[in-house]
Amino acid sequence: MQTSFTPEQLADPQVAESEKILRKCVHCGFCTATCPTYVTLGNELDSPRGRIYLIKDMLENSRPADAQVVKHIDRCLSCLSCTTTCPSGVDYMHLVDHARIHIENTYRRPLIDRLIRAVLAAVLPYPARFRAALRLAKLGKPFAPLIGKFDTLKPLGAMLALAPEHVPAARQTVSAAPVSAVRRGRVAILSGCAQSVLHPGINAATVRLLNRLGVEIAPVEGEGCCGALVHHMGREEQALDFARRNVDAWTRQIEAGGLDAIIITASGCGTTIKDYGHMLRLDPAYADKAARVSALAKDITEYLASLDLPRQETKGLTVAYHSACSMQHGQKITMAPKLLLKNAGFTVRDPAEGHLCCGSAGTYNILQPDISAQLKARKVRNIEATKADVIATGNIGCMTQIGSGTAIPILHTVELLDWAYGGPKPEGFAAKA
Amino acid sequence: MSEKIEFLQPRAAVLQRRETIIGDLLEVLGADGLIHEPRELVPFETDAFVSYRRLPLAVALPRNTAQVSTTLKYCQRYGIPVVPRGAGTSLSGGAIPQEDAVVIGLSRMSKILEVDLFNRTATVQAGVTNLSISETVSPEGFFYAPDPSSQLACTIGGNIGMNSGGAHCLKYGVTTNNLLGVKMVLMDGTVIDLGGKYLDSGGYDLLGLICGSEGQLGIVTEATVRLLAKPEGARPVLFGFETSEHAGSCVSDIIAAGIIPVAIEFMDKPAIEICEAFAGAGYPLDVGALLIVEVEGSEAEMDDMLASIVTIARRHEVKTVRKCQSATEAALIWKGRKSAFGATGRIADYICMDGTVPLSQLSYVLRRTGEIVESYGLRVANVFHAGDGNMHPLILFNANDPVEAAKAEEAGNEILKLCVDAGGCLTGEHGVGIEKRDLMRHQYAEVDLSQQMAVRAAFDPQWLLNPSKVFPLEGRPAA
Repeated sequence: MQTSFTPEQLADPQVAESEKILRKCVHCGFCTATCPTYVTLGNELDSPRGRIYLIKDMLENSRPADAQVVKHIDRCLSCLSCTTTCPSGVDYMHLVDHARIHIENTYRRPLIDRLIRAVLAAVLPYPARFRAALRLAKLGKPFAPLIGKFDTLKPLGAMLALAPEHVPAARQTVSAAPVSAVRRGRVAILSGCAQSVLHPGINAATVRLLNRLGVEIAPVEGEGCCGALVHHMGREEQALDFARRNVDAWTRQIEAGGLDAIIITASGCGTTIKDYGHMLRLDPAYADKAARVSALAKDITEYLASLDLPRQETKGLTVAYHSACSMQHGQKITMAPKLLLKNAGFTVRDPAEGHLCCGSAGTYNILQPDISAQLKARKVRNIEATKADVIATGNIGCMTQIGSGTAIPILHTVELLDWAYGGPKPEGFAAKA
Repeated sequence: MSEKIEFLQPRAAVLQRRETIIGDLLEVLGADGLIHEPRELVPFETDAFVSYRRLPLAVALPRNTAQVSTTLKYCQRYGIPVVPRGAGTSLSGGAIPQEDAVVIGLSRMSKILEVDLFNRTATVQAGVTNLSISETVSPEGFFYAPDPSSQLACTIGGNIGMNSGGAHCLKYGVTTNNLLGVKMVLMDGTVIDLGGKYLDSGGYDLLGLICGSEGQLGIVTEATVRLLAKPEGARPVLFGFETSEHAGSCVSDIIAAGIIPVAIEFMDKPAIEICEAFAGAGYPLDVGALLIVEVEGSEAEMDDMLASIVTIARRHEVKTVRKCQSATEAALIWKGRKSAFGATGRIADYICMDGTVPLSQLSYVLRRTGEIVESYGLRVANVFHAGDGNMHPLILFNANDPVEAAKAEEAGNEILKLCVDAGGCLTGEHGVGIEKRDLMRHQYAEVDLSQQMAVRAAFDPQWLLNPSKVFPLEGRPAA
């Protein structure tokens, strides 16, 4: 598509990159069909093609963001379904990242919105703060429906409604368990932020399984939130600080004992860590190190698929596999998790409309509760139609979102795999299976 | 932006009343149903014919036929032009608005109203996507046959407007052969029903008239379409040839022998490379041209037809014949073909032609197309529905270079004239839109055009519906 930027505008490397992305779009409109918000709202402004056009218009005119543009960009889930569909190879992810940074830098949001975002950015990425906040939220939970009645307070209501009834105790995830006789590799596991608070059992299962398979877990000091949560809010500096901290932590390990992979058990984080090389490309002190980290980043299922696990007896259990958007669209991992589950003895079903987001999308279910609720209902309907015994997925956000809408137990893929290969029956599933 | 094709001058009386019109339409459609903020109108200024752009006055997103009716009645009363829009995937600019027009977008009317498997029909709202009809009835073993390459996104309303075709139309016919009925709103707001759950209705074939009328006779809000039972089996086979001429003459011979496969699709070398890079479908890269021939039926039927086709292909020195081995492979072969236009965007901007020629002329027109594009110093990729002679040369250019953009347009016009001169026509399935409007006199005599315009005026005497399209601006009757 034609663009009109001046040489002065193109001197900004971020604008230059966005211009290249825009030039690839041929405005064919294929992306509209698989966009969850377009399918839900039926307005091209809430579709990838509409947003691309809004961003183009804003950047070409070097205009600060305004309420209209912000409304439609905010409604984007960043699920990246459009990039899977796009035949032209438009890098929508980096275009919308740029737009979000531009919004954060040039637009002043209404007070309530600013407060809620500030709270999210100050709490979610920090496990201790998040745990404390969840305990506090339990007290507020009964008031969620009432608070949700006020339009501007809806995000607050959604936040309270999402808080779990039970907050697991803090847990040390990296065990010093002995590695089996044959050593097959040495990896780091991202401990991350929200997942370690909400569901520490996921990384515990990962460690057990990898140890049994002969994979050594490197003790990594000083890593934490990957930065995705604030990155998607356009808080670039904060996101880059998180990225640098993690790059430093892993680089120490790479240089000390060597790492075969950096294992990530939340695909949302995986998408971001695989993008560190790009996020830090303009930082000469970090560009190379970040690219090395990104190259080593692997989703747990991606890594397990390389280990050639033995085929297991059938379990007589049907699993509905929900592919998180960050897994299928962000990282293009589609077959590996399903093949691993099948190989481990589970019957795997694909819910209809698997390309559509469940509405979790980081902080989206808090910031856009109405659209998120519609997507959740649609997703749950499709999953329940498979009549599966259990749902497996690879992202904590989806687990929380879908889990709040169905009675079918939902587990991380690795929890089922750990169980199938000699680990304990997953927590929260023991009663049923 | 390209400026060669003109739009009608906006009506000053309409522009002056802008605020009043918006206020009135907000009452009809509600705040959520009308887009009127200048910023928010920008994404509606074009469709997939992206070199031309005009901002609309407002965009209406009605939720039902009644709202469409009230809006049209209002626009007729105040002489406001109306441009219908489905998914905005038109390659001829059929959905590009103009400054004094209200766009009526059907994207919110996207429900499948009834599936009647006993009568093998589906009744759907106009904003339903083409593919979703087949997806809905697929578990029961049925499908909706016309399959434009944009079928993932394009709407049935848009398909009716352009009488869209697709790869599998060689056997099953285009939209008009699969459309049984419509609910349509006329410009004065009258709602009419045409046809029904049967193949032919009494009286004039008004349905045939509506199909392909490019949104100039009324706005279709519901359609009843034919469902077909899925074949026992289907198998795409790849035939690689030394040159485009070999492949072209092979197609002519297959059809001349009375063999009608489900699809015969053509790709030349540049198109093969583009599609293979995107889809990884296993298209042979060492050939000059490729045919995707799909046969269907029982194993014996498929083998039988395939054997006849292979015999003909051998006469044209076919280099490779590759049968597809699995459903996944078949899906990739079609994914690559159906994404061809978009995938071309990876290497260049393009405009896509849509001329249709008699099959005996295929090789000649292909050769001349190459020569024409070369004479402008540009490149071309050919990927098209060879079985029905529907050519789609993609002329590659750089949209940020105005000289090149103008050359691409001129080359395109020359190619379309070539198609007409070879005994064909300007458009196979993309419609005239604005793109081919000024070439209509190359195809039609004045008397043909004036009769067509008389029919159009019978439905819309004020020429308010999609007014800048189809008919050349000069020589129109005074409205």
